[in-house]
Amino acid sequence: MSTAAVDKRRRLMPRWRDYGRPRELLVRYLLLLLVLGLTVGPLLWQLLASLKGTSEDVFGANATLLPHDPTLRAYRTVFDQVPVWSYIQNSLIVVALSVTSQLVFSTTAGYMLSKPAWKGRRAVWVVLIASMMFPFESIMVSLFISIRDLGLVDSLAGVWLPGFVGAINVMLMRGAFLAVPREIEDAAMLDGTSEWQRFRYLYLPSAWGAIMVVVINTFISAWDDFLWPLIVLRSEANMTLTLGLSRLQSSSFGYDQRMVMAGSVISVVPVLVLFVITQRWFYRGVASGAVKI
Amino acid sequence: MTAQITNPVSGAEALTSTPGPAPSPPPSRLRRLARAALPGPAPGANGAAMYRRWWLPWLWTAPAVVCAVVFGVFPFLNTVLLSFTNAKPLGGAASFVGLDNYTRMLQDDDFWLATRNSILYAVIVVPLMVLLPLMLAVLVEKNLPGIGFFRSAFYTPVLASSVVVGLSWQWLLADDGLVNTWLEKAHLIKSAIPFLSDSWLILLSAMGLTLWKGLGWYMVFYLAALGNVPKELHEAAQMDGAGAVRRFFHITVPGVRTAMMLVGTLTGIGSLRVFTEIYMLGSSTGGPGGADRTLPFYIRDVGLDPITGNAGYGSAVSVALFALTLGLTLLAQRLTKEDES
Repeated sequence: MSTAAVDKRRRLMPRWRDYGRPRELLVRYLLLLLVLGLTVGPLLWQLLASLKGTSEDVFGANATLLPHDPTLRAYRTVFDQVPVWSYIQNSLIVVALSVTSQLVFSTTAGYMLSKPAWKGRRAVWVVLIASMMFPFESIMVSLFISIRDLGLVDSLAGVWLPGFVGAINVMLMRGAFLAVPREIEDAAMLDGTSEWQRFRYLYLPSAWGAIMVVVINTFISAWDDFLWPLIVLRSEANMTLTLGLSRLQSSSFGYDQRMVMAGSVISVVPVLVLFVITQRWFYRGVASGAVKI
Repeated sequence: MTAQITNPVSGAEALTSTPGPAPSPPPSRLRRLARAALPGPAPGANGAAMYRRWWLPWLWTAPAVVCAVVFGVFPFLNTVLLSFTNAKPLGGAASFVGLDNYTRMLQDDDFWLATRNSILYAVIVVPLMVLLPLMLAVLVEKNLPGIGFFRSAFYTPVLASSVVVGLSWQWLLADDGLVNTWLEKAHLIKSAIPFLSDSWLILLSAMGLTLWKGLGWYMVFYLAALGNVPKELHEAAQMDGAGAVRRFFHITVPGVRTAMMLVGTLTGIGSLRVFTEIYMLGSSTGGPGGADRTLPFYIRDVGLDPITGNAGYGSAVSVALFALTLGLTLLAQRLTKEDES
């Protein structure tokens, strides 16, 4: 290899010392590894514990971190003894209903609110803002009574309905539609397109990022929700996965931690897959400033 | 508006008969109805679409408005109304009891305990949640080899539901759990620390759980804000010999002040909403004798229990929770304004 080629490669591939002084780098990486252990450690430990056989201790003085003899036995047991499929199915139904309704109705409402030429949009806006002022926990008693009056106690529809379409998503979509340049719309109008065509072929594709944010946020909040399903659902057959998991813990199954760990791993997988596929939209969802703790 | 529009369907049919942009074969009745419900072409003054069918925007916004009214505004008004009654969560006769629920609330030790827990939660969690993710964001801001992996990894706790995270922590903190075992092996403690049976330790553990789960979320939030802090300032300060700590407090912190105020407000409101962490670590009773219950937990206990619940009393506590949230929001707004001026 000629020296010129080596030089070129050097220029393209940054060397370690380009990143800073060695001592500073070492400190940075040590800190990164420490935080890695603290954040991912507990979840990783959960995964490892779920792979242990019955002969191995999950915790206590004799427990090791790595399973000696990895086995999927705990996964088989959890599926055999607990209606995990039914839990997953119920969670997926709620997720599918929520994502669909949120998506359809936040785009339609967001679109109309981004258009100036109709009377009453201010009133609509005020109602939407007002609905965001009340934390869910401060209206859940009355929400439950409404759901009861609708005859939806212990039904998945009752879990879904209050999250039918959220004002925050309408606002997100409105913002995305407002960002579409007026000139493009004018040009499309001159071409004789109908408003529906412009909505479908101009506005929706332009707002792709915001749509993904709505989908991801709705998916995660519906999949992870706990308090509201806990209030609405009563029978085992209707329980969502988070409810089922929390019950695993308090029931006699709780003694086999491997099984509960397996259940937890199962519940994390769909969100993790979604995260890997849609990573960059995930971060945008955070920047959109939704309330989260 | 003419009378034909009072019935949307007949009005729509009348209006679709006006000439469209392109001549097409006479549509079926169903298609005509479907088309009537979609916005049509009608460029108005200065490019804004004028709607031939006045009710169209209403139709398109109706689901959102209905949802906001039925599951947002109405439940709140109803909560206020209910708080003056003795309604039962599962139905039955309810009667007006005046201010009884509120006087009962003011004398209820458990209510004050829950309020104290909620406020304590905010007081401890908010400053940490404002600072720790910022420090983490500074740590992962620099583009080093493998930094993308670390950023994603730090985000994973956000993805796990509170229930899963709670389960995991339950076993980390159990008497024979990982934390106690390691501390005993390191001879730092003689007997297990009762993380999950002492009411104070349960509350602190739950706060730790909230922080741990929120770190990644607010780290990403801060990463966006950090992009706006000029790099030149850091370089100049470094030239002048300012260390990392001084640069953090004198350049980074002032640079992301607005973001910090926002994070403070969001986490403050979030702290008042804590439920699952307490449920998972303090069991379904909310700690020994309910000592760790937060306001949402207490609302669920007193207002929604199928047998002993009193929706009227639960509503009164809900109004208190709302007032607390509102007070916090106003306080945060005021602080932000003062900070800006």
